[in-house]
Amino acid sequence: MEPRLLLIHYLREVVGLTGPHIGCETSLCGACTVELDGQAVKSCTMFAVQADGAKLVTIEGLAADGKLHKMQEAFWNEHGLQCGFCTPGMIIASKQILDRNPNPTEEEIRHGIEGNICRCTGYQHIVNAVRAAAKAAGA
Amino acid sequence: MIPQEFEYSAPKSLDEAITLLGRGAKPLAGGMSLIPMMKLRLAVPDHLADLGRIKDLSYIREHSGSLLIGATTTHYAVESSALVRSKCPLLAETAANIGDVQVRNRGTIGGSVAHADPSADYPAALQALEAQIVARGSKGERAIPIDSFLADTFTTALEPGEIIREVIVPIDGAGVGVCYQKVAQKASGFAVVGIAVRIQRGGEKLSMVRVGVTGLSNRAYRATHTERALEGRTGTPAEIEAAANLVAQGVDANSDIHASAPYRTHLAKIHAARALAKALARAE
Ligand SMILES: Cc1cc2nc3c(=O)[nH]c(=O)nc-3n(C[C@H](O)[C@H](O)[C@H](O)COP(=O)(O)OP(=O)(O)OC[C@H]3O[C@@H](n4cnc5c(N)ncnc54)[C@H](O)[C@@H]3O)c2cc1C
Ligand code: FES
Ligand code: FES
Repeated sequence: MEPRLLLIHYLREVVGLTGPHIGCETSLCGACTVELDGQAVKSCTMFAVQADGAKLVTIEGLAADGKLHKMQEAFWNEHGLQCGFCTPGMIIASKQILDRNPNPTEEEIRHGIEGNICRCTGYQHIVNAVRAAAKAAGA
Repeated sequence: MIPQEFEYSAPKSLDEAITLLGRGAKPLAGGMSLIPMMKLRLAVPDHLADLGRIKDLSYIREHSGSLLIGATTTHYAVESSALVRSKCPLLAETAANIGDVQVRNRGTIGGSVAHADPSADYPAALQALEAQIVARGSKGERAIPIDSFLADTFTTALEPGEIIREVIVPIDGAGVGVCYQKVAQKASGFAVVGIAVRIQRGGEKLSMVRVGVTGLSNRAYRATHTERALEGRTGTPAEIEAAANLVAQGVDANSDIHASAPYRTHLAKIHAARALAKALARAE
């Protein structure tokens, strides 16, 4: 593998996982967010070689046994998406919020998705979805 | 947005990394500054030494009145560390204000100070804390006070071949109040102006005042005029305002698309007053 291959290009073009999107390519939009050893990262701002040996989860890996992840279900129920372009990254970032703090305040939720831009929803329904997912998990 | 080709090495130890640097390799830490620059081809290194696989370079330890923070400790690790939160809350508060979650998960304290972005957050706090930067090269190790380390915009006192190993910050005793306050650029979160304050009350009087400023000029600096105006005083609102008005004294303020020089200076005074008041309240 060429060292200069970015992780997002590796995922989309080599592995065929097109869930993570390329929005800006300048580290600002978060559409390319994936989970690397449990931490949300922008895969356009990493070389694939840096992820060697790590556990990577993309949006494709969240559902299990034909059932959506709680956060995916909450986005669906609460209309946390419109066009869906930001959603694969937004859901990974949202999952990170609850992984670190099962019962976040609205302010903490907004702080947690600062690295993800959504041009459609105005964020309110995304915040509602994270709250709903927290409730569903028993917070 | 594809960087130029380069050779990639993943040293397992600091010594191995220093050998690679001696051969002209450039360190890669969190990549949160270097990779965007490589994608724009503003940086075109021939050879990268990835510090990410050096295990004993990421740590937070307490040692005789100081906290020792390994160079590749991420912003998130600092922000979430119980030790940093209790022993050096200014650094934790500053780390939590850097960029966004994804950036804090990858970006490192060593990378931030080595990059010396004039709008970066850590340098303000490190100035207020009078931190030491421990650098190691083939000839050995030296500790550099942050004020001489930050030479100029994107320029530090590191010699070619030297690597940052550790950042040392003091543990403050009772009666110390701190605050980091910034005006963030809307897109990136970088500081248009960022003010870090550390105040100690000794009885009625303020026995120590330290103010670090970032975003305003070519490098983060200590606002010594503000510090001197407050030390030995009691910290009345009028004294705070007068001292805050000196925060940009003798400094050549930047102008860019985010803020003109007069506006930046205005922001610095307002936020210096707010940060001083907050730190003082926390010192009670
Ligand atoms: C979207 C976005 C928003 C951001 N917002 C902010 C913000 O609000 N505030 C802020 O302060 N920063 C911000 N940053 C920058 C971020 O904090 C970076 O993490 C930091 O500037 C560089 O750290 P790094 O570990 O990523 O270093 P890298 O990018 O890997 O390296 C940066 C430079 O330091 C050198 N270097 C790295 N480690 C060492 C070492 N141990 N010894 C010697 N040289 C070394 C490298 O060779 C390179 O020249 C942002 C970045 C992004 C992408
Ligand atoms: S594509 Fe990675 S942050 Fe926008
Ligand atoms: S749903 Fe369209 S960008 Fe977020």
